[in-house]
Amino acid sequence: MAILIDENTRLLVQGITGREGSFHTAQMKAYGTNVVAGVTPLKGGSEADGTPVFDTVEKAARETGANCSVIFVPPAGAADAIMEAADAGIPLIVTITENIPVHATAHAYEYATLRGSRIIGPNCPGLVSSGKAKVGIMPNQLFKQGHVGVVSRSGTLTYEMVNELTGRGIGQSTTVGIGGDPIIGTSFTDTLKFFDADPDTHAIVLIGEIGGRDEEEAAHYIAGRRGKPVVAFISGRTAPPGKRMGHAGAIITGGEGGPDAKVKAFQAAGVPVADTIGEIGEKIAEILAAPARS
Amino acid sequence: MKLQEYVSKDLLRQAGVPVPPGEVAETPEQAEAIARRLGPVAVKAQVLVGGRGKAGGIKLANTPEEARQVASQILGMDLKGLTVEKVLVEQQVKIAREYYAGLTLDRSKHCFVLMLSSMGGVDIEEVAATNPDAIVKRWIDPAFGLLGFQIRDAMFDAGFDQDAFKDLQKILAGLYRVMEDNDAMLAEINPLAVTDDGRAMATDAKIDIDDKALYRHPALAQFQSESIDDPIELFATQEGLPYVKLDGNIGVIGNGAGLVMMTLDIIKQVGGSPANFLDIGGGARAEIVRKAIEIVLMNPAVEGIVMNIFGGITRGDEVARGLLEAASTMDIRVPIAIRLAGTREAEGREVLKGSQFTPEPDVAAATKEVMKQIAERRQATAGSHA
Repeated sequence: MAILIDENTRLLVQGITGREGSFHTAQMKAYGTNVVAGVTPLKGGSEADGTPVFDTVEKAARETGANCSVIFVPPAGAADAIMEAADAGIPLIVTITENIPVHATAHAYEYATLRGSRIIGPNCPGLVSSGKAKVGIMPNQLFKQGHVGVVSRSGTLTYEMVNELTGRGIGQSTTVGIGGDPIIGTSFTDTLKFFDADPDTHAIVLIGEIGGRDEEEAAHYIAGRRGKPVVAFISGRTAPPGKRMGHAGAIITGGEGGPDAKVKAFQAAGVPVADTIGEIGEKIAEILAAPARS
Repeated sequence: MKLQEYVSKDLLRQAGVPVPPGEVAETPEQAEAIARRLGPVAVKAQVLVGGRGKAGGIKLANTPEEARQVASQILGMDLKGLTVEKVLVEQQVKIAREYYAGLTLDRSKHCFVLMLSSMGGVDIEEVAATNPDAIVKRWIDPAFGLLGFQIRDAMFDAGFDQDAFKDLQKILAGLYRVMEDNDAMLAEINPLAVTDDGRAMATDAKIDIDDKALYRHPALAQFQSESIDDPIELFATQEGLPYVKLDGNIGVIGNGAGLVMMTLDIIKQVGGSPANFLDIGGGARAEIVRKAIEIVLMNPAVEGIVMNIFGGITRGDEVARGLLEAASTMDIRVPIAIRLAGTREAEGREVLKGSQFTPEPDVAAATKEVMKQIAERRQATAGSHA
């Protein structure tokens, strides 16, 4: 098992004919993902590297049975693309696009949620269920099948983490990049609940950063449940307040979002907070080596 | 992008929100002329820092001569590191009551929120910390917007003046329109004043526009230059690269916000001091890497550069080519250490083979290498002066 995506995922790529869309579609296929359709308006009826292209998500979903979409559409059209996928009944919509206006994301989030669709992202690297399927842009060569769940607000830090785990011979069940925007479709807490319910996941790595209260809310959830061991990391520990550190959501503002409150919340919930990616690897190795708790 | 008070008030005025009559002056003579038309005025420094009043950036003037005098004091003054270039000369109002009204994003609830408080005129963060019950909140459904009954409910709960109720209600509806129409992340009137003759108006306003939405607000994009005070940050923003100036001597370039933040943290852990945050983002091409080096070197304090590239969308060979291209077309006089991994890592290393850039295994090693070379250069310089 794994969470959210696996060998039964039938993937549709919105924006398949663009530069990033076509490059990463090839990469996802190389990983073994079942890419069943692409959507680019006015290019319906053509093929992109062997994958049929449709004008609309509705038509693509109806003809191919796609059950997951990944969005590479540029920012001005990305919120619309999310809503188109939700309207077509796609249950999981992975939004890679960065720089979507926040008001547009708020609309897309509400629209999709009301239709029962889950958004991952936006501004995220997607997700990988090791050895089963990849949806997004994470580098293929890093992953190894195993039992650690990884969830992160950062793209590149996720790769660092997976690289560290795989280097130690520790595999991953599913790795989820939830995105660096102020509004994201799937939170740390949502993802932790999926991992808790997945028998294949034995331990969890959570990589947070400054900004917002998602880490604090995750710590609150962890404190109130008897679940799997979690190791946390917070980046931006030395970031100055009031400055947006790259991610639209990575800003300490109005007394909210500072690293200390996040670290304290995790520690209060009994979650060790590592200082380096290497230290996370060590702690996870210790947890996996310990005899199973009764 | 934070807007100056006078721009924020223009947006509010256009949405039908009453604001005190006022105009912008860049010279004491202009301030005097404006005061001649308006009568007793307040002269307010237009800089994006909090606590302008306490720092001497807001002064009252009862005659045109006085207006010229205080404007000459305020124009050119240094307010928390910023030079005042414009003042807003505004008719004085006699305030009977002050409220707070703000619209901002509630990240956890995935929507915007209206906040009202009868404790106006003070820092709302202070109210939130000391007396959170004094802030009334109503969450806004993105599909329907801020509804009339929500505004009324919140006003009753916050204890707003019932005599000026309809005017205050109109102001809040206007504030919401301003936020919605301009993609604001924050739209705040503080104080929201009721004058001693019973009129409601916005006597100060703060609006922060979503940078990602500027493409659909070309009229506001022109104010970007006055919203960013650091010239390197302004240049980088215009080049589309997120850059934050810090106070150290090691320039930093990386791809991915989280990765760059961690790079800064590691540099500090090993005893170094980062000079900046710079994220070249996903899909970075050679040209962007060259531009990034140029931006980092604009800061004269930079004595060395640490690059941290872990490829996803960004391809290692493109970064490597960008680095070589930059080296061949620029006069780079500082050491650069690079850590390269991820997509097309092997190809990237191949590109760098035989060049002056040796890939380091991790950020700590790259930082130590740069710090070592900085120390050697300082010693050599000291030696040559001896």
